[in-house]
Amino acid sequence: MPADDLLIALDNVSVDLRGRSVLSQVDLDVRRGEILTLIGPNGAGKTTLLRVALGLLTPSRGEVRPRAGLRVGYVPQRLHPDQSFPMSVQRLMKLTAQTNRDSIEAILDEVGAGSLLKAPLASLSGGELQRVLLARALLRDPELLVLDEPVQGVDVHGQVELYQLITALRHTRGCSVLMVSHDLHLVMASTDRVVCLNRHICCTGTPEAVSRDDRFLQLFGPAVLPHLALYSHDPDHRHNRCNGQSCCCSDANCKGGE
Amino acid sequence: MDDFLLRALLGGLGVALIAGPFGSFVVWRRLAYFGDTLAHSALLGVALGFFFEVDPTLAVMAVCLLMAVLLFVLQRQRRLPADTLLGVLAHSALSLGLVVLAFMEQVRVDLVAYLFGDILAIGVSDLLWVLAVGLVSLGTLFVLWRPLLSITLHRDMARVEGVPVDLVELVFSCLIALVVAMMMKVVGLLLVTALLIIPAASARRFVASPEAMAVFAVLIGCGAVVGGLTASWHLDTPAGPSIVVVAALGFVCSQLLPSSRTGL
Repeated sequence: MPADDLLIALDNVSVDLRGRSVLSQVDLDVRRGEILTLIGPNGAGKTTLLRVALGLLTPSRGEVRPRAGLRVGYVPQRLHPDQSFPMSVQRLMKLTAQTNRDSIEAILDEVGAGSLLKAPLASLSGGELQRVLLARALLRDPELLVLDEPVQGVDVHGQVELYQLITALRHTRGCSVLMVSHDLHLVMASTDRVVCLNRHICCTGTPEAVSRDDRFLQLFGPAVLPHLALYSHDPDHRHNRCNGQSCCCSDANCKGGE
Repeated sequence: MDDFLLRALLGGLGVALIAGPFGSFVVWRRLAYFGDTLAHSALLGVALGFFFEVDPTLAVMAVCLLMAVLLFVLQRQRRLPADTLLGVLAHSALSLGLVVLAFMEQVRVDLVAYLFGDILAIGVSDLLWVLAVGLVSLGTLFVLWRPLLSITLHRDMARVEGVPVDLVELVFSCLIALVVAMMMKVVGLLLVTALLIIPAASARRFVASPEAMAVFAVLIGCGAVVGGLTASWHLDTPAGPSIVVVAALGFVCSQLLPSSRTGL
């Protein structure tokens, strides 16, 4: 792997909050053009890991190495604009980026939110708001898009559409995506690599491989199985050593697996 | 028009001009209780001013500034909920102020003037304070306007986009402290928050942008000052509370009027 394909690397990152270990010894790297999804149960430290990667939280131990000058676009988990805050979509787009109306309209069209230019923020649905925030992140022409639960508060149909949009953006713009999801089966078709997190990295690999990993099944229970069979591209396709007990893995065992 | 009434009018309009934009941020960022705490601590400033024989306005500003910095630091520790912390500080400072005042037997303080304001007693030096604080606070707010809007939307998103969030928030806290210290003169420490938030809250339903809300809040605040002073003149009611009552009536009307295309 050429060195400049590595956008950001986390080395042996641990985070303690109020004397409690939230993340321990996490290694993570994001390469150019790939979509990497963090999954894990509530409290697994997914958002914490994103905050560390974004430089919003300094890890207690370990190191975060973004490539010099890395342009990051960030879409937070929830934006609850207070009802009292009068702001239109157009104004939101201009808030921190130097831009003009034409590029705003173009980018809103790109995410399928072209009709929302004049809409007040408080009137948007969950899916519309996510699209607008995605557009806002794209205005910065990011090399890395960081999305925290991008489909939260969106109905199932909208969730599938949003993931399709994210996949499409990766192709048209060539940017990498690091995102959090709690739902492997929905995100399966849209991600290259999955990291299953439960305060440490349980297992990592292609979505198909992770979905069959014992540790993943232990974490989420067998109830996820029927869904996975439905959503997986190719159930018989076995990728790597991440299958079975040998994986799981805070070591290099499954890193180069795919 | 009598001189004192003209000074009161000028002081009141000046305060309304400053309160509009700051009050809008207080509403958007849910800082009403923060403003209240600063106002309560102002009485400690008054007491310390007498104690150390320095200008009370200066002393009030110093204590409000200290309180703002203290709150800024304590809130980042996240050991206690923000409103608990504010309550502890607000009432401790107010009580401490009253106790210090009681110790100084030779000083007779008109408490009511500090609690409810004494706009009709505003002197030329007070007007100069309003002018100075107004220039500093509104000038700085103008510079911080966009970063503050970003932070109001989402703190982490602003940080990722390169806004120096901590610095901006610290400066903003200090500006609020200055504004509160100055407003206390006009409406008194118990009514400062009212003059900050009522005009801004009344403006909300008629505006579609942050700037429009700030301007509208200024206009409503000015209306409340003129209306309140007029009522006080004719009905012989206390001026500060009269201003707030007029503002409150304006708020009720704003909730009853049909709103335009803002979805609220």
